[in-house]
Amino acid sequence: MPRLVVRRLLYAVVVLWLVSTLTFVILHVSPVPVERVLGGPLATAETFAQIRRNLGLDRPILVQYWRFLARLPRGDLGDSYVNGSPVTALIGDRLPTTLCLVSGAAVLWFAGGLVTGVACAARPRSVRDRTVTVFVLAGLSTPPFVMALALLYLFTTGLGAAGVHVFEAGPPLQENFLRRMVLPWFALAFLMMAAYSRLTRASMLDVLSEDYVRTARAKGLPERRVVRRHALRAALTPVVTQLGIDLGGLIGSTIVTEKVFGLQGVGQLVYQSIAAGDTPVIIGVTLLVTFSVTVANLLVDIGYAFLDPRLRHA
Amino acid sequence: MTAHAGLEARKPPADAADRAAAEPVRSRSPSRLAWERFRRDRTAVASLAVLMLITAFAALAPLWAHLTGHPYAATFPRTGLDAGGQPRGPGAGFPLGADQLGRDVLVRAAYGARISLTAGIGAAALASAAGTLAGTLAGFAGGALDTLLARLMDMVLALPYLLVAIMLATTVRVSSSAASLAMTILVIAFFSFAAYGRTIRGQVLSLKQSQFIEAARALGASDARIMAGEILPNLAAPITVLTSLLIPSSIVSEATLSFLGVGVRPPMPSWGSMLGEGGDAFRTAWWLLAVPGSLLLATTLAFNLLGDGVRNALDPRGERAAGGR
Repeated sequence: MPRLVVRRLLYAVVVLWLVSTLTFVILHVSPVPVERVLGGPLATAETFAQIRRNLGLDRPILVQYWRFLARLPRGDLGDSYVNGSPVTALIGDRLPTTLCLVSGAAVLWFAGGLVTGVACAARPRSVRDRTVTVFVLAGLSTPPFVMALALLYLFTTGLGAAGVHVFEAGPPLQENFLRRMVLPWFALAFLMMAAYSRLTRASMLDVLSEDYVRTARAKGLPERRVVRRHALRAALTPVVTQLGIDLGGLIGSTIVTEKVFGLQGVGQLVYQSIAAGDTPVIIGVTLLVTFSVTVANLLVDIGYAFLDPRLRHA
Repeated sequence: MTAHAGLEARKPPADAADRAAAEPVRSRSPSRLAWERFRRDRTAVASLAVLMLITAFAALAPLWAHLTGHPYAATFPRTGLDAGGQPRGPGAGFPLGADQLGRDVLVRAAYGARISLTAGIGAAALASAAGTLAGTLAGFAGGALDTLLARLMDMVLALPYLLVAIMLATTVRVSSSAASLAMTILVIAFFSFAAYGRTIRGQVLSLKQSQFIEAARALGASDARIMAGEILPNLAAPITVLTSLLIPSSIVSEATLSFLGVGVRPPMPSWGSMLGEGGDAFRTAWWLLAVPGSLLLATTLAFNLLGDGVRNALDPRGERAAGGR
């Protein structure tokens, strides 16, 4: 068990190094000219050169790379080119919004997917199952940004004044939290809910054909109890695994939801930074996302080992 | 198909014996059997019909432009916008309305369909070719090559997809709409080939153990021959299924990148950029949201249903993953 953790952590360090190097290379081979963004339309060539000198961009790329690497172990991601604040502080400001968005949506989609998935698996091919299937396919086929735009339209123009009670744009963490977050949560959760419903249903159907489920039925347990107590636990394993993987990666894909609903989270931060050529911020967010994916994967693996004793010695 | 028909497909109908006696016995190849199963699947056939309609809509894009007299990139501020500068809704001059610059939404949607279909099919085909090659080589060769390819695929899977895609699309300079489309296809394919390759590698690893491979080896077949003649044909089913599912997800990826302004560049319209360029205009002009949005949804839904149908036809034992019908 400790060996697994150590090996995975070492692997994580290698992945983080590779990802940061790759990002560094992409951004330096063909950078957005940050001096033009900062200097404005009236700046002269001299100003451009001065800006580049101030940011250390006139040094050879290997020197820049070394400086970047040397700072990393201290948790220092450098300063933003655009406003000079430390990247960690910038990300820290934006992270709560994104975490609220992701965790609220995750609760929604996990609960929704689980309930519908179990309900369908309990009665395969019933009217209920088919109705849910239609929604699942629609959910899986709706691009998240189309869902977000449609919800926004419905609750702003479509419902007129009544919609204002449901959605209001603005910073969510200060006031009217629910009114600002409910629509983004639904927009983000819709596709995932469909995927989780599908996954739960398949996993549940697998488990329901196991021998021990037949035993439970044979000894006369009510079907409800068989489904909820005996089958559900075993069926949850792959679903929880998927949740771990998705939660880690989701911070990167909230870009679209944040953009449509005007939420100032990490997604918006990195989207704006890419346009402005603010390399340190871009690398910082990329590292954060990769790190959370790796940690989520590790937690899932450890969780697996606890659930399934056979994996502990593997 | 109903549950009843599903049962029938497994058991021969009662009069099968009579018919067999009357008709001469004819052999049916696996692909013929699959085609017959597919034809009976009404949902899949309907999806195919919808996709053909969309393809025709896309192919005839110049005709729509000719009939309306509105080239896709031309703006018509006088006829397309009202006195207040707001886009006109669907009507005589503009069948599906005009956008905020006074361009024809119908014509742009038709050209956008070309982009979506090209990007979806192009990226899926590219990812499928690369994934099959990498997966087969890794699974078959084993050793150092396997480790290298498997690690490479793991790396790609560990990258934050949308972030790196936006980065690549922003930093690589493109000169034209066509170049930006090619770039978008490459980016999407790069990020989908890894998961694809991993699945293929798994399939190859299990195929490698089977007896017919051993038999071929005993007969003195070379590695290349076994790969091309024994392994590849057995991968046909997973390749078809995986590729059919990659198409809708690639279409969504292209639309998302274009929506964010880093996919297909103007003047060429894409459904994603049509949704993105309008900004908030769709709040007063519903057709700016409804037309590209519903086309996008219809296309991905049809491809997903078609993919399900293909999977069922190729593997009659496996239950349709979404269940039900």
